[in-house]
Amino acid sequence: MTSPLQQKLKVTGPVVVTANRLADGAVVYWRADGGWTTRLEDAAVTTAAAAARELLAAASIDQTSAVGAYVAPVKVAANGQVQPGNLREAIRSTGPTVETRMTF
Amino acid sequence: MYLYDELDRTLVTERVAEFRDQVARRLSGELTEEEFRPLRLMNGVYLQLHAYMLRIAIPYGTLSSAQVRMLAQVARRYDRNFGHFTTRQNIQFHWIKLEELPQAMADLASVGLHGMQTSGNCVRNITTDQWAGAAPDEIEDPRIWAEVLRQHLTMHPEFSFLPRKFKIALTAAAHDRAAVKVHDIGLRLHRNGAGETGFEVLVGGGLGRTPFIAKTIKPFLAKRDLLSYVEAILRVYNSYGRRDNIYKARIKILVHELGAEAFAKEVEAEWRQIKDGPLALDPAVVADIAARFRYPAYERLDDSPPALAAARGSDRLFAAWLANSVANHKADGYAIVTLSLKPEAGTPGDATAEQMDAIAELADRYSFGEIRVGHEQNLVLPHVAQRDLPRLWRALDANGLATPNVGLVSDIISCPGLDYCSLANTRSIPVAQEISRRFHDRDLARDLGPLHINISGCINACGHHHVGNIGILGVEKNNEEFYQITIGGRADEAAALGTLIGPAVRYADVADVVEDIVAAYLELREDSRETFLQTVDRTGIEPFRERVYATR
Repeated sequence: MTSPLQQKLKVTGPVVVTANRLADGAVVYWRADGGWTTRLEDAAVTTAAAAARELLAAASIDQTSAVGAYVAPVKVAANGQVQPGNLREAIRSTGPTVETRMTF
Repeated sequence: MYLYDELDRTLVTERVAEFRDQVARRLSGELTEEEFRPLRLMNGVYLQLHAYMLRIAIPYGTLSSAQVRMLAQVARRYDRNFGHFTTRQNIQFHWIKLEELPQAMADLASVGLHGMQTSGNCVRNITTDQWAGAAPDEIEDPRIWAEVLRQHLTMHPEFSFLPRKFKIALTAAAHDRAAVKVHDIGLRLHRNGAGETGFEVLVGGGLGRTPFIAKTIKPFLAKRDLLSYVEAILRVYNSYGRRDNIYKARIKILVHELGAEAFAKEVEAEWRQIKDGPLALDPAVVADIAARFRYPAYERLDDSPPALAAARGSDRLFAAWLANSVANHKADGYAIVTLSLKPEAGTPGDATAEQMDAIAELADRYSFGEIRVGHEQNLVLPHVAQRDLPRLWRALDANGLATPNVGLVSDIISCPGLDYCSLANTRSIPVAQEISRRFHDRDLARDLGPLHINISGCINACGHHHVGNIGILGVEKNNEEFYQITIGGRADEAAALGTLIGPAVRYADVADVVEDIVAAYLELREDSRETFLQTVDRTGIEPFRERVYATR
């Protein structure tokens, strides 16, 4: 399997680096000051491929906190609010679009 | 029920200890993800969109009440209070934490459950008819042969790294409820002209990116030769199956490219070398395995007891459920009861911990402690005395398990789709839920008759969309969800792939399109006895295509 660091990175808009937390699989984002957060609004956002590659490289050094880091698209609203860039990322960020905690 | 022996218990327990150590080493950083990934996959642990997913095998779809109680406990203790029954007689937990997985596996192992060979390029869980051992139309219990295969193919060193995953299904009934024709190997127990019982062997069936219906390569295989012949097939596949292209690695591609006849010749050549060796089945070994299946001590009862007739006559809802969800049993006075896991607007195949506990309790009270799982994502109580049906129905209804829609339009087969799955391109569950809402009218659903809808959220086809009477496949176009619609597919003994009726439609339009297809069927059918499939066979897809796309 090709490492994400070796894959060609195409950046056409704002992006963040995301992964799943090793211990429980929770979705996490790479912060500008290093380290992972579960809050998308705290993620480091860039629009430049070189910067995205650097963020990904930094995030990939730590292999025991998170798994499968990759660059994902986001949308940045006029007020600066960061939102997932597509449906897949929206579902990763906020959970399934259907009821998940079932009771009967 | 099959009683596992000490060897099975030791194997499962040792695997848990091994995995506990592997998880600890991964969490400490001693193992990299690259090293750990194949180890977790060997135990059915996937990393999905939001969490780890644990897939548990349910060999030949048979569960004891104790096992179902344990599934409920795992759902409650380690997950979000529910489990998801799949299209391959497995159950999946979608919210498990890696750090808690070893303990969850230890709990499951205490009742003989595990995730071995539910992932990876090995022989997966061997599936069969969920009515096995109870169905009046079977010639014998196919689970015995599934167990013979399970024992031989569990941790088989030669077949642990096949070119790709490998799925085997068996049936012993005239009506195929196990979808054997869309498996890598399908086995159909039947009698030949001399009255002997043996297997028709089919190979190369499968869905996914390149769907094929399996081809018969051996019309009649003696029982003694089951292991050697399956071994020969796997050896030919292991030798010639492609490892350079994951999309062409399944046996169906090899069978298609070589041709079934040439493939069969290769198998025969291999088989001749091994058929009289140690793999020739000793009848005493088979008898020993058969003896470990415990069958209920049925009472001597008559069919249609007065209490049943009275309840049927006095309660319309009970009568509707009885007609829909209850089937004849091979023993007089008993019945096979299907528990729909498709309530209106529910998630197909999901059961809560409370429901699983209730099912275990009802199985103990009414079905000799036995529960079955079918590939349609419903459960079965296989041995219910007919006199108990009214009481059972009330209890099932109180637990949301008596929706009388088995085999009808809202009995939808669906994969988890993009709401959970990292492979999916589009959502499946909300599409199923919306269709279920549209067809909540039970009188309409009954009038429509048998109508299977299958939904897959990507080309991998876990929802078996190719063989749905109406098949729905999600595809992504420019970051938007679209769905291709096929009609005319079926997964039974006359298995066929559906035909695409036209361009893909948007997410918001799928339920409307299904309504249009159903409306076209109601107009086209010759009378209410002509099923949807019969109408499609008679008219072709054109009138359906016209109806769906006339205004789109």
